[in-house]
Amino acid sequence: MKKFFTLLGREIGAAFHQPLAWVVLFFFLLITGFNFHAGVSLLNRSAGTVTMVEAFFNTVYFWFPFLLVFPLITMRVFSEEVKLGTIEMLMTAPVRDAQVVLAKFFGALVFYIVLWAPSFLYFLLFQTVAEVNAAGATGSYLGAALMLLLVGLFYCAIGCLASALTDNQIVAAVMAFAGIVFLFFLGLLSLFLPGSGGFVRELTYFFSPVQHMMDFSRGIFDSRPVVFYLSGTIFVLFVTFHVFQYRRWRS
Amino acid sequence: MITVEKLTKRYGATLAVDAVDFEVKKGEIVGFLGPNGAGKSTTMKMLAGFLPPTSGRAEVAGFDVFGQSLRAREHIGYLPENVPLYPDMRVAEFLRYRGALKGVPGRRMRERVSDVLELCGLAEVERKIIGRLSKGYRQRVGLADAMIHEPDLLILDEPTIGLDPNQIRQVRDLIRNLRRHHTILLSTHILPEVEMLCSRVIIINKGRIEALDTPQNLRARLGAAGQIHFDARVSDARAALQEVRRLAGVASASTRADGDWTVFTVQANPGEDPRVELYELAVRNRWPVREISRSAVSLEQVFAEVTHSDEA
Repeated sequence: MKKFFTLLGREIGAAFHQPLAWVVLFFFLLITGFNFHAGVSLLNRSAGTVTMVEAFFNTVYFWFPFLLVFPLITMRVFSEEVKLGTIEMLMTAPVRDAQVVLAKFFGALVFYIVLWAPSFLYFLLFQTVAEVNAAGATGSYLGAALMLLLVGLFYCAIGCLASALTDNQIVAAVMAFAGIVFLFFLGLLSLFLPGSGGFVRELTYFFSPVQHMMDFSRGIFDSRPVVFYLSGTIFVLFVTFHVFQYRRWRS
Repeated sequence: MITVEKLTKRYGATLAVDAVDFEVKKGEIVGFLGPNGAGKSTTMKMLAGFLPPTSGRAEVAGFDVFGQSLRAREHIGYLPENVPLYPDMRVAEFLRYRGALKGVPGRRMRERVSDVLELCGLAEVERKIIGRLSKGYRQRVGLADAMIHEPDLLILDEPTIGLDPNQIRQVRDLIRNLRRHHTILLSTHILPEVEMLCSRVIIINKGRIEALDTPQNLRARLGAAGQIHFDARVSDARAALQEVRRLAGVASASTRADGDWTVFTVQANPGEDPRVELYELAVRNRWPVREISRSAVSLEQVFAEVTHSDEA
């Protein structure tokens, strides 16, 4: 366990030691800031039907940077190490493969959380300045935060898998992006096929982050997406672990 | 310390390491010698637990390198070829990280880090970023990393490659000092290095062990047939050559003129040394002599002989 935290510390350090991290942080905050501004404008124009939290988490301005950010966070985790050859140093130290995979995954996750954490200040600001509740209830915040975390787990795992598959960071980023976008739009299938009926709508609900976020940011908790994202994460990490071992052993 | 049995590594159709057997005892410095692509690095990677073998087994400090990989790795300090390091970390920070990974307890960390910094001459770059260090310093950071957890065995893959002569000397001195506390397996294709450092040599070629012995014995194996350099002023070179060839112990001889002097190159029969006969011949004929010497066979010749490579 101690070694896991040593590895995790290194992963977090490595994530912040690269200039890309700060570029991503900067533009990410710029876009979420704009998203918040758009939310406030929306509330100003049409009063009543949604809360600030719902307006923030259910727009294109939210989903666009949300999807884009995973490949950027995860593309380096395995690829860079293999490219630099430091994987040889790492794996000849007495550490387990599973420890390495988990440390890399949680390192990416920590960076993801750091990206989102400032956004919750917006709501605090909103409440102080506008003297209006940003959410219908506390459950709204918790729901939105939980959904951010759950989808984050799953998509970070997909990014790690892509990075474990190649030693080229660009290829890793493209693969991760393709995978994530594919899953995301699979969830929107019923929107593209309006005549497809109830079955497709039911089915796509299970992997539609848009649907899940809509519910959770209203404070509606549903255990099905929780199970889906957690089991998806574990499955993808399991595959990542085996890909990582396989590629090393074959080299 | 190391026991290797029938270790084999196959990459697709190519056989990189072919049923290698050897043993390294505690306290030895063993040199792993071979041309590029002979299987040195592959063997070392397998011993360090980075690559699994296709078949065969290896044991380090009593632990199976594959079955009990973690335990074995705790006893190994490994310096990979080309010394991959994290370029974004500072030297001391990197060593602390590596120490923690390799199980150096927190209370001993400060002492261990300052010890290896001192030992490897890194004290002055302790706070520098690794990416900005010169090749020589990076090599030493790699060595410091290999030693941080006081392993019983050091596996060093070409520790002096890419260094300038001064740095090579420093690294060699360092390795020589290490032999008191560590068993060392090092690979190189610089032969004098092996002669200077190692107590035993393993010559490997095309994945097979071609020779395994002390440098002295390897030299002796060929050294019996020595070459003698005899430089004298003779009146008639051709007649003199005939006389030299008739001496006991001489297998063949040739001459070349050097101004007034004649330089004889004499091949002695295995196990014989005709230097005394040459001297007496010169005295009898009243030839002034500038030099009589016998060249020691270098490992270089042994190596060329064993690996049958023309260019060595």
